[in-house]
Amino acid sequence: MKHTISVLLQNKPGVLSRVTGLFSGRGFNIESLCVAETLEPEVSCMTLVTIGDNFIIEQITKQLHKLIDVIKVTDISNKEYVEREMVLIRVKAEASTRAEVLRVIDIFRGKVVDVSPKSYAVEVTGSASKIQAIIDILRPIGIKEIVRTGTIAMARANKG
Amino acid sequence: MKKITGSQAIVKCLQEEGIKTIFGFPGGAVLDLYDQLYDAEIQHVLVRHEQGAVHAADAYARVTGKVGVALLTSGPGATNGVTGIATAYMDSIPVVILTGQVPTPLIGNDAFQEVDIVGITRPCTKHNYLVKSGIDLIPTIREAFHIARSGRPGPVLVDLPKDVVAGMIAYPEIKPIRMHNYQPTYEPHIGQVAKACKAILSASRPVLYAGGGVILSDSHSELTELATRLNIPVTMTLMGLGAFPGSHALSMGMLGMHGTYAANMAVANCDLLIAVGSRFDDRVTGRLDAFARNAQIIHIDIDPTSISKNVKVDIPIVADCKYALTAINNWFNSEKSLSPGETATKNQAWIDTINTWKVEHPLCYMDDGDIIKPQYVVEKLDELTGGDAIITTEVGQNQMWAAQFYKFNSPRRFVTSGGLGTMGFGLPAAIGAKMAFPDKHVIDIAGDGSIQMNIQELATARQYNCPVKVAILNNGYLGMVRQWQELFYNKRYSSTVMDTVPDFVALARAYGAVGLRAEKKSEVEPVIKEALATKNVVIMDFKVAREEGVYPMVPAGKATTEMLLV
Repeated sequence: MKHTISVLLQNKPGVLSRVTGLFSGRGFNIESLCVAETLEPEVSCMTLVTIGDNFIIEQITKQLHKLIDVIKVTDISNKEYVEREMVLIRVKAEASTRAEVLRVIDIFRGKVVDVSPKSYAVEVTGSASKIQAIIDILRPIGIKEIVRTGTIAMARANKG
Repeated sequence: MKKITGSQAIVKCLQEEGIKTIFGFPGGAVLDLYDQLYDAEIQHVLVRHEQGAVHAADAYARVTGKVGVALLTSGPGATNGVTGIATAYMDSIPVVILTGQVPTPLIGNDAFQEVDIVGITRPCTKHNYLVKSGIDLIPTIREAFHIARSGRPGPVLVDLPKDVVAGMIAYPEIKPIRMHNYQPTYEPHIGQVAKACKAILSASRPVLYAGGGVILSDSHSELTELATRLNIPVTMTLMGLGAFPGSHALSMGMLGMHGTYAANMAVANCDLLIAVGSRFDDRVTGRLDAFARNAQIIHIDIDPTSISKNVKVDIPIVADCKYALTAINNWFNSEKSLSPGETATKNQAWIDTINTWKVEHPLCYMDDGDIIKPQYVVEKLDELTGGDAIITTEVGQNQMWAAQFYKFNSPRRFVTSGGLGTMGFGLPAAIGAKMAFPDKHVIDIAGDGSIQMNIQELATARQYNCPVKVAILNNGYLGMVRQWQELFYNKRYSSTVMDTVPDFVALARAYGAVGLRAEKKSEVEPVIKEALATKNVVIMDFKVAREEGVYPMVPAGKATTEMLLV
């Protein structure tokens, strides 16, 4: 099963390597990984998407927590949470398909961020499944290049 | 504030940490530090290979319970230490390794003797650091000691660029170390303790399974109190030997691949397994689905990742073993309904069964006239040292026979590479142990294969007048591998025949040590007696039965009840 794990860690050199080394060394999977600093510049937040049964996920969270530079580990897929990913897609847009591409982008509430005579670069944000959906729709038209950020996620605030 | 050099500060900091002896090997990147050590009050032991420095520091830590320190130069000095670091890591031994590094402006430049040792050792240290500026130097070293010795201990490496060590710094005041991101759990959860105690009371076939954590946390007396008070039989892992007196009636000796028949049968048939500071290693459990199949499992460990890693645990207690065992003992002390007479005879039927197993298949070997059996040598060592020597081992058959036939009655007497299984560990480890306890007999039980991996340390032992004894069980084979080939590879002894070895007696003399040889059983005792009476380094070369095997043996991947017996 897919799990989204949020990790707060010290923003120090080599920390990313400690995390990725842990995954490769113990044979855990990383689906995607995003990391950037938080409001406190000395602390980074990492969102990690991984796959495994409960047994493996328990080990992953414990092992992450064991790293000295890790401050907090939360498996947020156990909670209500929002997740977002962004993708940049360079899609073929020739005279015959330009209008259709724009319609698709509009449906997915995407934005055109770069235009050339033969292509658009499109920005779309959403859940991983929404990103996958627009890729599937645009693929027959002709995707030239694609860059995805990987998922970031945040637990929902307690109600009331 | 008056400024001092980085190297002066490091020496001062080591002294504040209570360090009296360090092990190392100099080189260009650590010259400043060595210059400072020239007239410092810290004793520096010059090894002959950096691996030996880390093993010696590791053994120093194992026998004293304090942090061991190794000092290596950059590049090859540091990489030579890696096996030592990995050895300490696998056995959770507190060691601080200081490595020299090229000056900061040269880092990443492929400079002479540069290596990314922080990158290389990331997976085999508890934590590591590259110190980039003088202001971080002392706080980092202090933090390294704190991390090495607290929680589940382990090696911590600090990489020291030459310019940082040579630079001038203001020596920072000592402050308590507070790391909000690193706070090991020492105190057990009181609800879990009560649950565990009730499970212990209601069990009729309990087994205590003690590991290296009991020794690391110095909780052998708490363990003994629990076992004797509630009449619970005890088995120990290789790392746990000495956690409970080996000659006590409740001791079943070691469990697992080369464990005793009684211990393996007891674990397979128990209804409650109380794991204390152990980690359900594959050499202990054998086939997992058959391990303690009908038992409820209590697991006490300070490292949450050890719990339910291999075997699902029913009652986990994340805590330091000493705190947890104390809490358990206190619970039983405050339980008024328990009469001591009742608890002391509790489980007696179970103990009787175990005693039958002990009698049916004790640890044994076949005597063979005048041929020296390796087990006999270990038995004699045990007898002639009163069971009170510090025993280090190499890895393989020598290690297993030492574990089986030397009865360790106290903790911190058995020094062996359990997790990593590092050949070449025993001799430098013996030196580390002897430096810590000069008045104790320290004996490396070795094989003719392993001893050659770090034999150069004989010179170290000689130089520092450190009269360790080496007992080579010389069978002309890489014995343990040969045993596997005998059992599982149709006796095809591929590359395990080692009939070209040095004349160890002459070799000892070449190093200025004493060499003794025994070729007949009757010569064993006189050789050991002479070695123990000699105030010099001694190599005892015992020509033992060539194809003797270690038994019992559980073939890899089998259930621990499927033992091959003598």
